[in-house]
Amino acid sequence: MTLLAAVSQAGVHASVVAPLPGRDTPCYAKSINDWICGDYLRDRRDELVEATTSHVQITVTAVLLGLALAVPLALLVRRLPRLEGVVLGGSTALYTVPSLALFPLLVPLTGLTTTTVVIGLALYCLTILVRALLDGLRAVPDDVRDAARGLGFGSARLLLRVELPLALPVVLTGLRVATVSTVALTTVGTVVSEGGLGRLIADGKNTQFNAELLTASVLCVLLALLLDALLVLVQRLSTPWARRARTS
Amino acid sequence: MDLGAMWDFLTDPASWQGPSGLGTQLVQQLLLTVTALAVAAGVGLPIALLAGHHGRGGWLAINLSNLGRAVPTFALLALLARFSWPGSAEFGPYGRAGLATLLALVFFALPPIIAQAYVAVREVPEDLRDAARGLGHSEWQVFRAVEWPLALPLVVSGLRLALVQVWATATIAALVGGPGLGNIIRLGFADLDRRSQALAGALLVAVVALVLESAGALVQRAVTPPHAGGGSPRRNGRRMRLGSAQSRAPREEPA
Repeated sequence: MTLLAAVSQAGVHASVVAPLPGRDTPCYAKSINDWICGDYLRDRRDELVEATTSHVQITVTAVLLGLALAVPLALLVRRLPRLEGVVLGGSTALYTVPSLALFPLLVPLTGLTTTTVVIGLALYCLTILVRALLDGLRAVPDDVRDAARGLGFGSARLLLRVELPLALPVVLTGLRVATVSTVALTTVGTVVSEGGLGRLIADGKNTQFNAELLTASVLCVLLALLLDALLVLVQRLSTPWARRARTS
Repeated sequence: MDLGAMWDFLTDPASWQGPSGLGTQLVQQLLLTVTALAVAAGVGLPIALLAGHHGRGGWLAINLSNLGRAVPTFALLALLARFSWPGSAEFGPYGRAGLATLLALVFFALPPIIAQAYVAVREVPEDLRDAARGLGHSEWQVFRAVEWPLALPLVVSGLRLALVQVWATATIAALVGGPGLGNIIRLGFADLDRRSQALAGALLVAVVALVLESAGALVQRAVTPPHAGGGSPRRNGRRMRLGSAQSRAPREEPA
């Protein structure tokens, strides 16, 4: 196991190692090279867990960073509507830049590190989240706002207790879109040597290692669906009134 | 890092020439983009417009969008190039792994095209459709005279989203041995001495993306009727809703 792990660390195809005595040739051996291979899942579990973990870390950090930047930006735009064109236009232009071009353009600033990938992905999230926040806040009915003001709510309390909760469904929908596309985009980070499961996909393609390629790809899609389902759950739990309104 | 070297590389005529120069790669990638967009529009638009006209298949439009977002571009490209078909063989003027690249591009272009076109037709008010039928229009005439003109701006917005999406995906094709400008980026990162070339390639890809996006915006503006002006209150209301739908529809699938 440690030998296999060491070999895989070096990026060498496992089949160059002679089959262990007393064991059949694993189905990922170059002579067999199955697409779906239980032996691969078992023997390379550490590598798969490590890549998936780093994939999740990159994704979550990027989405949270994007959210942390989007909230003040959205509030600023609301305070100064003149800025809306600049902020939305600028972030849309950024969004247009393909990830394979954006990551390299960040390298002079941040080097070949996870930071480069996280910042690039956070910038993409920013576009989606600023829009979602603005749309969500805009959808709050004016009379609700007036009623809260009439009850003596200050602007901070109005935002935290009334506007943000009511904007939450739209914001969370934006967060879902941002998260799912970030999971997919993280793979491109492999161009600057940091891509979570993308590294396995690249390695699987380069070394014609079918099991590695397919497993990492499927894990990517599953991860996106899993995080999406988690956010749906958060959406349900955090906006119980939405369901009550629907059932009543 | 050396931005000067990057600029020198971009302005040196020699780096634009040759089979792996910037010129060839740029033309190849544009060719891929245009072909894939045409195929995706040819396949996706009839389906979406028909589904929108009959008001059926909305779940398909939504699920396609979700699927397109969750499947990593890079993974799909790698798998297609690795399968025995389409594989990574030379494909006409599209270069190595051309067919695999085209298929992946079409796959990622279809969701925005279908979703936007479907919504565009659905957003046409039902009573306008009924009025046209009451005037004796056939179903084809209802589509031709009422639905199509009103849906056009949103249909074009879908094509514009797809265009940018396809360009981005075409860049990634180089990561799996495919054609296009991504090769300059990939090779530049593989070799420390050519890092400035990677930057130059990235800059070129980014600039072309912005140019394509702006061109799409111009076309969209050209087919969108002006907001202000006369017309019945209904028509104004309709236009306002169309406008807001467009601003609410960001590109949801970066690549």
